[in-house]
Parts: sequence; structure tokens; C-alpha cells
Amino acid sequence: MRFLAGALAWLESRSGLGAFIKPLMSHHVPRSATWWYVFGSATLMFFVIQVVTGVCLGTMYAPSAAEAWQSLRYIDKEVPAGWMIRALHGWSSNAMVVMMAIHMLQVFLHASYKYPRELNWITGVCLLLVVLALAFTGQVMRWDQDAYWGLGIGASITDRIPVFGSQIRDLLLGGPIIGGETLNRFYALHVFILPGAAIALVGLHMALIMRHGISEMPRPGAPVRPASYKKEYEERMARDGVPFHPDASQRDMIFCGVCLIALVVVAAIYGPFGPGGEPDPTLIDTNPRPDYPFMWLFGAVSLLPPASETFVMLVTPGVIVLALFLVPFLGNAGERAPSRRPVMVLAAAFAVIAIASLTWEGLASRWSPVMNGWSALPTPAQFVRGRTPLEMQGAVVFQFAQCRNCHALGGSGGQRGPALDDVATRFTPEQLTRQVQQGGGNMPAYGKNLSRAQMDAIVGFLSTLTPSYETPAAIPGAMLPLPISSAEPAPR
Amino acid sequence: MSEGPGHTGCEGCGCTGGGSSGNRRAARRGFMFKLGGGLMGVGALLSALPVIGFVLGPVRRTQKNQWVALGALAKFPPGATRFATYMNPIQQPTDGESIKTACWVRCISEGKYQVFAINCAHLGCPVRWFEQSKLFLCPCHGGAYYEDGSRAAGPPPRGLFEYEWKVEQGALLIDAGRLPGMEDST
Repeated sequence: MRFLAGALAWLESRSGLGAFIKPLMSHHVPRSATWWYVFGSATLMFFVIQVVTGVCLGTMYAPSAAEAWQSLRYIDKEVPAGWMIRALHGWSSNAMVVMMAIHMLQVFLHASYKYPRELNWITGVCLLLVVLALAFTGQVMRWDQDAYWGLGIGASITDRIPVFGSQIRDLLLGGPIIGGETLNRFYALHVFILPGAAIALVGLHMALIMRHGISEMPRPGAPVRPASYKKEYEERMARDGVPFHPDASQRDMIFCGVCLIALVVVAAIYGPFGPGGEPDPTLIDTNPRPDYPFMWLFGAVSLLPPASETFVMLVTPGVIVLALFLVPFLGNAGERAPSRRPVMVLAAAFAVIAIASLTWEGLASRWSPVMNGWSALPTPAQFVRGRTPLEMQGAVVFQFAQCRNCHALGGSGGQRGPALDDVATRFTPEQLTRQVQQGGGNMPAYGKNLSRAQMDAIVGFLSTLTPSYETPAAIPGAMLPLPISSAEPAPR
Repeated sequence: MSEGPGHTGCEGCGCTGGGSSGNRRAARRGFMFKLGGGLMGVGALLSALPVIGFVLGPVRRTQKNQWVALGALAKFPPGATRFATYMNPIQQPTDGESIKTACWVRCISEGKYQVFAINCAHLGCPVRWFEQSKLFLCPCHGGAYYEDGSRAAGPPPRGLFEYEWKVEQGALLIDAGRLPGMEDST
């Protein structure tokens, strides 16, 4: 024992490590800092998991477009516990994004970014960007079909930048195609540049916490006054603060412990992400989807009106990032309590609802046609029972002209266009003919692609699609001119 | 070293002398530091040049599009739209399968072709041809194109990208390489 104590004393005298760590543990934090304050620690814990599992994967992963996919399959199937390391890395990355978002929301709602902690917020926003970049480049590392076509989507968006678009795209891809150099570029970002930036920023973020102390829980009627805040804060900490360890660290430990166990359980049950289909761009029977952290972007891009798309895709991210950076400068003094900052609370609620609903839309992706709807989904029997031969022929045409890819019948099929179970209550046969022939309302015109006989058959079939208790649509007074209601330009 | 008479305490600076000779030394150190800074600047510039050249290399685009054979004309009968694949002529040593590229070949009539890029003009996902409805459909956001590649429905801002083609010795060739993009818009 004496030897050990001597060794420790020697280490301390030569390194000063204890003198460095002691204030980190013993510095006073507000008594009011309770369970709201654990999310930053959890984010950091997930980052440590990422570093450890990432280094493990680095010993096996082949950063080469020719071998990356095979090496991941090897890690999943051959390497002992390899699948679990990949599962931990994948799920921990999602967890880190979620924890960071919650941490950020808490800081925003409690206005902890106000004087003197503006730079804490700004380094935090930088960390957000770095972590999202890590998530995107991490998806590329899988080098499967989602990664390939996801890069294609990134390249297409970059390509729309005015003037230098194609140069910037080539710089991003490492050449004029998605190929070997593309993967290595993203590998360098994912493994060297971004983790390095993250570690530096985490260090700065922590140093700033030590410099300014942890903010107290906001109280209505206790505004931040920059002129006297620091002095009053230090007085309050000396009088009423509690040491970080163990008063606050106990909660961090418990929350991080629960998170870590949850991570292991989720990773063990759900396993690693991909790799999906092999990265052969000639296998086009694929349905590319982004990872969870980008699902809301996928939803937003898909729901934008095409005319505004380029502008929104290129300008909005910059505006959002700029707004985040400006948050502490728009008001770094005054009230911190959410009850006294209704506009900011509404802004946060708007952001949460927007991201949640866009994520929901992205997961459902009703705008995507069901590419095998026409060949995989049989026509439900109730829609052909008791029909005439012409109408049944129409059902065949309906099926084979890929209508089901975008239109549902009996609850199955694409959702890009409306479900047609009761279309005949909304459209007369004449209107149906016009709609199929000319398209419009985001439907292609089938006039050139269907023969007269096919057209008669399909309209005959569609005219039977009414629930038994409703009558078909009819124009009062019969043969009136057909309404032209489409805002779409006429097809060529 | 000479001990000047007017030593006016300069604790901590480590100089043994003082007065005017101390000032001279300080001035000399200042000059040396600036000289060192200048040398560092020149060195940094010299070493930065290859770094910048290396990083910006992909933009200089040394690899150009080339004519690539898609196969004998018999593979592309008149009136049909057929799937074709080729090895991208722009290659890097570690590409693996990712240089395999697909396109759609439409033979309008004998000797008249249209060759479409596989990439949707919206965000680049691979479009699929449906012979029965004579439409190209994109699985990502539902972009739809007619047989001639023109936009039919959905979010694409334009029709499908097309390759230039020519017929040589009974084979169909296209001018391919670079990922199609806005540069190809006219």
C-alpha cells in the first residue's frame, strides 16, 4: 500500500494531473441543477462509445470502394462480436444525435446561452454540425446501395448550386463520378477530420463550462444582468452551491448508466445497420432511404413544391445554421424562464413539431411509388366480382399499366395518387376518360400509351368503383362540356 | 558579455546585461523572430501549394468523357426501350463495382436512338422503365417521364438526361463518363 501511495505521489508531483482534475470534480454547481442537466453528459458518453467502437471497426474495415462492403459483411458474419460492435456504433450514433438534440432543446428553453455563456452555445452548434456530418459520412462508410444513391442525392443537390455547382460536386465526390476516391474522401472526413474537430470542440465546450460555471435553473423574475451577473453568480455558488462531485455527478452517472444499458440492449436486439445491397449501380431495383437523422430532410425535400425546391434546398440550411449561431446575440440578457419567453418556447415547439412530422412523413414516404405494386399486389376480389368482361378486362389493364404503383385499391398499393376504391362517386366516366388520357394533378397522361380499347376497358372498370351504398357520379342534365380543372400544363 | 553601467533591473527576462546592450539584444531577438516568421511563411506557402493542388485535384478534371460501346445494335430493336450497362471510362484504381453504370436505350426506329441516364433529373435516384405504361418511374420521389424522356409528372425540373450516341461497326456507342448534372442542361 505504501508503495502504491508513493507511486501515486510521484505521478502527481511529476504530472500535476490530480491538481488538474480536482477542480473539475469539486467546482460548485447550482443546487437547482438537477435532472435537466444530464443530457450533455449522456451525449459525451455516446461520443466516447463512438470513439471506442469506431477504433475497433477501424482495425477491420477496408476503406476501399472495392472492398468496403465485403469487409463489413466479414465483420458482421465472421469476426467474433463484430456484429455487436457495428450495432453499438450504429445505435450509439443515433442516440448521440437524439441526446444532443434534447440537450440543445433544454439549453434553448432555459436560455442558458445568455450572458456569459454565448460561446458555450456557439461551440455547441458547431458540435451539432460536426455530429450531423459524422452521421452522414458514417452512412457513406457502409458503401451499400443506400450509401451510393444517397451520395447521388447529395451530388444532385450540390450540383444545383449556381455557377460553381459542378466543381463543388466534383470536389465533394473526389472526381466526376461516385467511385473509389469518393469513399476515401468521406473516410478521411469520418475518421480523421470530423472526430478531430469533435474532440477539439468538446474540449473547448468543457473548458467554457469550467470558466463560466453551470447555469442555474431559470426563475421568473430573476433576469440576467450582464453588468453584475458574474459577481452575483460567484457569490451564490460560494454561498449556496454544491460540489459537482458527488452532488451532480451522481445523477449524470445514473442517467448515463441507464442509457448505456439501454444502448446495449437495443443494439443486441436490433443488430447492426446494413450493409444493404451490394454497391453495384446497375442493380437499380433499389429504394434508397436516408438514415434516421436525415429522414426529416428527406421528407422536407419530397414535400416541397418543385418550383421552390432548388432555392429552399440551397438557402434554408444556411439560414437555419445562421439563425442558430445568432441565438445568443438576439438576446443575451433578461429573463430566462420559459414562462417569460413565450416566443422562444413557440419557436422551439415549432422546430420540434416540424422535425417530428417531417420525420414521420419521411418514414411513411407516401410520395414514393410502390415500384412492384402492379406485379406484387393482386386486385382485391371484391373489385372484380360481378363485373362484365369489359370491366374485368379494364381491371387487367389497370393492373398492368402500373396504376397500382401510385393508386391503392382495397388499402394496398401506392399512395402517391388518391386511393380509387370509390373514384366513381367523384368522377363521371367522361371525367375519368379525360383524367386518364390527359393526366394532370401530378399524374402522367396515358393518352399515347393506351389503345382506344384499353381506355374504354379501364374507364369501364373505374366507373364500377363505388361503395354499394353510394351512386356513381353523374353530371346533372347529362352531356355538359367536360370540366377542365387541371392546373398542370397540357402534356406534349 | 559586457556588463553595461546602467543596469535597470529586468527580472525574469533572463538577460545578464542591461541598458543599451540589453535593448540591442531584445531588438536582435525581435528581428530573429520576425526573420523566423518570414522563413516559416515561405515554407508554409511552399508546402501548402501541393496540399491545395492535391485537395482541389478532382476539380481540374483530367479525365474526360469517352465513347463507350453499349453492344451490338441487335440488342436494341426498334420500338423498344432496353436496359444497358457499361464500365465507366472514368476509372480509379479502387472503384470496385461502383464503376458499373446503367442507362436506358430507346430505339425510336432503325438507326435512331435515345440513350437516357439512369439518374432521375430530380435528385439522381435510378429510374426504372415500365414497358406496359411506357413510363420511367423514380422510386425516391415519384418522378415520372414519358417514353421520349420528357417529364411526365412529379418533382423533376426537366426531362431525363441524355447521352450523345453514334453507331460504329454495328455497335451503339455513347459519350459517357461524368455523372450527369445541371451542366448538361441546355
